[in-house]
Order: sequence, then C-alpha cells, then structure tokens
Amino acid sequence: MRVGEAAVIDPRGLDELIRLLGDLGYETKGPVVRDGAIMPGAVRGVEDLPAGYQDEQAPGHYRLRRGEGDSLFAWAVGPGSWKAEMFSPTEELWRALVHGDDVSITEPESPVAPLAIIGARPCELAAMAVLDRVLADSAVPDPHYVARREGAFVVAAECGHPAATCFCTSMGTGPGVESGFDLALSELNDAGGHRFVLRVGTERGADVLARLSVAAATVDDLAARNQMVSRAAGAVHRQLANEGLPALLARNQEHPRWDEVAERCLACGNCTLVCPTCFCSDVRDTSDLSGEVRRGRVWASCFDLDHSYLHGGSVRTSVSSRYRQWLTHKLSTWWDQFGTSGCIGCGRCIAWCPVGIDITEEAAAIRETDGAVHAATARGVGPR
Amino acid sequence: MSGGADGANGAAGDDGRPTLAVWKFASCDGCQLSLLDCEEELLMLAGAVRIAHFTEMSRASTPGPYDVSLVEGSITTEADAERVREVRAMSRRLVTIGACATAGGIQALRNFAGEGEYAGMVYAHPEYIAALETSTPISAHVEVDFELQGCPIDRHQLLEVLTATLAGRRPVIPGHSVCWQCKGRGTVCVLVAKGTACLGPVTRSGCGALCPAVGRGCFGCFGPAETANTASLAAQLRHQGMAPLELSRFFSTFNAAAPAFRDEAVAEGAPVRVALGATRRNRPWGAQ
Ligand code: SF4
Ligand code: SF4
Ligand code: SF4
Ligand code: SF4
Ligand code: SF4
Repeated sequence: MRVGEAAVIDPRGLDELIRLLGDLGYETKGPVVRDGAIMPGAVRGVEDLPAGYQDEQAPGHYRLRRGEGDSLFAWAVGPGSWKAEMFSPTEELWRALVHGDDVSITEPESPVAPLAIIGARPCELAAMAVLDRVLADSAVPDPHYVARREGAFVVAAECGHPAATCFCTSMGTGPGVESGFDLALSELNDAGGHRFVLRVGTERGADVLARLSVAAATVDDLAARNQMVSRAAGAVHRQLANEGLPALLARNQEHPRWDEVAERCLACGNCTLVCPTCFCSDVRDTSDLSGEVRRGRVWASCFDLDHSYLHGGSVRTSVSSRYRQWLTHKLSTWWDQFGTSGCIGCGRCIAWCPVGIDITEEAAAIRETDGAVHAATARGVGPR
Repeated sequence: MSGGADGANGAAGDDGRPTLAVWKFASCDGCQLSLLDCEEELLMLAGAVRIAHFTEMSRASTPGPYDVSLVEGSITTEADAERVREVRAMSRRLVTIGACATAGGIQALRNFAGEGEYAGMVYAHPEYIAALETSTPISAHVEVDFELQGCPIDRHQLLEVLTATLAGRRPVIPGHSVCWQCKGRGTVCVLVAKGTACLGPVTRSGCGALCPAVGRGCFGCFGPAETANTASLAAQLRHQGMAPLELSRFFSTFNAAAPAFRDEAVAEGAPVRVALGATRRNRPWGAQ
C-alpha cells in the first residue's frame, strides 16, 4: 500500500499494528482513561484504549462516562496533550560540579526509544505543526524537542465526536485530517461492523503497514469515512471569527473587556498549561550545598508575575494585562512571529479554565464593540 | 523599625562559617522539623553553616549575632512581640517559615472570634492566660527578608532558600498557583473533571500539588498565591453548590488571616472583629 492509499482493519488489526510498532522499538503511547479523563499514557494494545468512553465538555467542565458502545475514539481531547511528550514540563539541561576552579559539566542522556503516538486527534497534529515552527524551524532549534519530534511515529485518529468546546472547523484543523501523520485512522462502527479506515501518509507509514496483511478499503468504507467527518464537522458549533482578527485585537489594546475578564480570571495559568501550542519556559539555575549547580527548564506562563519580570520588577502586574498578553499572543501576534495562528481550536483552555473563561467569547466580545476604550484611557489618565 | 541589616555585623562563627539560628514563636514545631527531615542534606548544611541556636536539635546555644535566622510561629503575646524584635536585632537575614510566621497560622482564627471566646472553650481558667487578642505574622512586627509559605513548609524549598541565601542569589521560589505544579505533573484537575472544591488556583505552589495528585482538592495550606483572585474562585465554588458558611470555612484554616483568604472568608460571612489591614484587590465577581 502506497502513500495516499487506504486500507481497512478491524480492532484486531489495530491491536496488531500497535504491537508491531512496539516490536519495531517504538514506545507506544496513546489515549488512556486516568483519573476521570482521557490522558496520554502507555498503550500496549487495543485493550488499553478507552473502549466505550464518552466525554461531556463545557466551559470549566469535563466529565468522562463509560457508555454503551465499544468505540475506541468516541471522545474529544482531554487536558493532556502530546506537547508534554516532546517538550517536557521539566527538563534538566545540564549540571556542573564546581570545586574551586575546577568545573565539570555533564548533560543528561537523550531519551532511548522513539515514540509512536496512537490516536492523535487532527487538532493535535495541527498543534505539533505550530510547535514545529516555534521549536524546530527557528534559528535556534530546541535539541530536546527536535530529538523527540523527529523520531516520533504518528498514527492519527479523525474525530467523530467533537465536544461542545471544540472549534477546529473555524481554525481549519479538524475534524478530518489530510497530512501530518504516518498513518491515519477513521473509526467506523455501523451496520458494516466495527472497523477503521487506515490511510497512509508517509513512506514510513507504508513500510510499517507492509508488514501487516490488510485489505484495501472499499468505496463504501471511504464513503462512510467521508460521512463521519462531515457529520462531525456539522456537530462543531463553537466558532471563532477569524476575519481580520489579528488586526482587530492589535487595535483594541485599551478595550474595557480586558478589565472585565480580569475580574473573573484567576491568573492560575491553566489555559496556557493545557494549550498544546504554548511554548513558554523558564530557565532556572539552582545550586546545592555540595557545590553542584543545575540548569533546568520548566514550563512557564504569561499568567505568572515572573513571566514579565525585567530588571527591577514585573511589567504585566495587572491580571488584565496578563490575560490580554495570552489572548493577543494566541490570536494576533503569533501571526507576526510565526506566520500562523497560535490557536488550533482544541478548546482545552475553555474546558480546563476553572472559571470557564472562553477565548472565543472574549474575542467575539471585542469584535462586537470594536474600538471601545477603557474609561480611564479615554479621559487621558494614561496607560494602566 | 529596629534591627535590619545594619543591626548585626560580622556574625560569622569562629571558624568562618556563617551562623544559623532557628527560633520558635506560637507554632507547632512542624516547620522547624522540616529542617531535621532534610536528613542527608542536613549533614551538608551542618558543614556549610554553624548551627548556633536550634533547640529542636541541641540544648547548646551560642549567643548572637547570627547570619541567618529562621523564624517559625506567630506573635500572640506581648512578650513574644518584644522577643522577635530582639531576634531581628541579632540577625543579618531573617527568614520566616510556615503559615504561622507568614500569616498568623490556625491560631489567627481568634482574630475572627469574640474576645476570649476560644480561650474560654479551651482553658478551665482563661483568666490565667495573658495573650494578645490577635495572632499576627512576624512581618507585622519586624522587617522580614524572605517569607516561605506552607503548613508545613516544603523542605526542598527551605533548602533552596538557605542555599540561595548562603550563595547570595535570589531563591527560586515561584509565586504562582498550585495549578502550575498540578498540570506539570500531569494530574487531572479535580475541580473541572470531578467538581471537587479546590483552592489550588489561589494557593501558592510549593507542595508539588500533593492533594489533587491523590484526588482531593487543595485546601490552601500554602496560603495565597502572588495574585489570588479569591472572589472569582469563590463565585465558581458557589456556582458548584458550596454554601456561604462552607465557603467561609474553606478559606479559614491555616492561613485564615492572610489578607486574600481572610477577605474572602469575611465576604462569605465570617465575623469581623479586629480591624482589617490591607484592602482587597479584587471586587467580588458574580455577586450583584
Ligand atoms: S488557545 Fe485554547 S483552543 Fe486554542 S489551541 Fe490553545 S488550548 Fe486549544
Ligand atoms: S500565550 Fe503566554 S504562555 Fe502561551 S506562548 Fe504566548 S506568552 Fe507564552
Ligand atoms: S483564563 Fe482561566 S485558566 Fe486562564 S489564567 Fe484565567 S482563570 Fe486561569
Ligand atoms: S486540581 Fe486544583 S490545583 Fe490542580 S489544576 Fe485543578 S484547580 Fe488547579
Ligand atoms: S495541595 Fe494545597 S492543601 Fe494540599 S499540600 Fe498542597 S498547598 Fe497544601
């Protein structure tokens, strides 16, 4: 089977595929049920996948339930994203032993096994592409990210059950997927049986598939897959109006809405921490009493006062300025920096915000009252 | 203010090592014990500094001045208010440790009660008790160089503060919420996924997000985060079904008198008896 072609496999075939990837030396990870949510975890075979689970998502709300069926992918993304696998929340960069003038530096070993991701959603593939532009295709690529990302084998899973928080259709990132995968699954569970259309995206994917005995997908299978994707697209109701959005936000820096949302915003950082494209990190040097010095990297967020700490103090002291930084970076200045939107429409920041602040609602509110100005600014009191 | 950096010069011990003193005020000793809990690192610490006064460890005590003083406990008597001024005067750097020293501790619940109310409940002869009406943090009495929050404090954070102080660098003690560590370790949010009340978004990180990792909500033992929008979180918890009295109690534990928590407890109906210090930063959201 060649790139662009499609096979059809049943759950047993999927099980064989996962085990084959394991035998080929990949560390196989995929969606698992953990602590009441779909989370990335070790997947050794089909039995580890979340059969029959369905999610319910809304702003500030997520519930996972065991339903009737046996579908493996009848849910939308949970709080964990594949970002954490490639861009670790904490990473030791190097350590040094200092004894007088004698300094010896050691760097940690790179990870051993390459990763095979089973069932990455279309928006997550889009997120990886966005992160690639930031961390891999930049003037100074991040070696840790590049090492994990380049070796990774990606088996995508198209969406049949978007959540109420998803808005991938606005961002052009789902619920179907055409590129960015080695293999792509589309789960069908109808009168024709429980099966997966399996499309080949790369030579590497074709090589793996060649080791399994699979049948070519029929015209009916492909039609059922198309139907599933368009039905899913119709079920995505949340929207973000993208037209002229970067400029709209750029000219509304003094909009009163920033203060209004700051009344609710906890500055807790959850939105940035669940976002699959947020890439901010902090480099921290620590020393201990034995003379060992360590340099580490940890995820950071623009909701932290320290994020804007310059000599003498923090620049973004108000929560409104921090919320504005987040939203305008995602939807406006990311374009200036990287030529894409920083948001791929996964809705994680909406569901996992403890107080349910909704990025699409905030952007829409500013659009509705384009040009409104904070009262103090209008009176010439000056910047907040 | 008395003491301060100028109050004590040249405190280094006879052998050139800096001196460390550990002091106790109204507290349970748990934070001091975190220092003994350091085990391996304690030996290294004992090599790097001369432990000049630490009654949990040794009866031997060398007089000041001291390079670094760790102060545990809150101020609840006139005598302690005087003693902490003496400690300040003898210390080049003064670091307060724990909820008692940084916020007044659980004993600051008396700040909300009627005069002598708790003493009457606890002691057969409350008339023998000579205590102040309030329990207040050390920073209400003397200048403090660094406050390390937690009930009890995290020993790794304590070591970090001591190591940084000795190395003359800024301690790496983030001021952000527990959620950072919670998400960083891959815990599923109990507030969003289970509807469990959690104070993590307004509580300062440092514990490693222990409670959510075992499926419980954070109850705020590390005290308020740097930016703690307690009013908004309270509105959300109310929305999820928490009653005002319950909410008020949720905010009134080990850090009851920390301004961000105290103001929310009061907003939810906790009685106000003593004059409140700092004003609240955020107006209540959702309350009309
Ligand atoms: S901003 Fe929100 S919706 Fe957009 S990619 Fe990030 S988490 Fe997903
Ligand atoms: S939104 Fe904030 S945390 Fe995310 S990448 Fe931008 S500045 Fe960093
Ligand atoms: S928008 Fe929500 S998740 Fe993000 S910092 Fe504010 S309260 Fe936290
Ligand atoms: S469980 Fe609590 S601490 Fe963890 S992310 Fe949720 S609100 Fe924050
Ligand atoms: S999660 Fe909250 S209550 Fe639990 S140890 Fe940490 S700060 Fe304390």
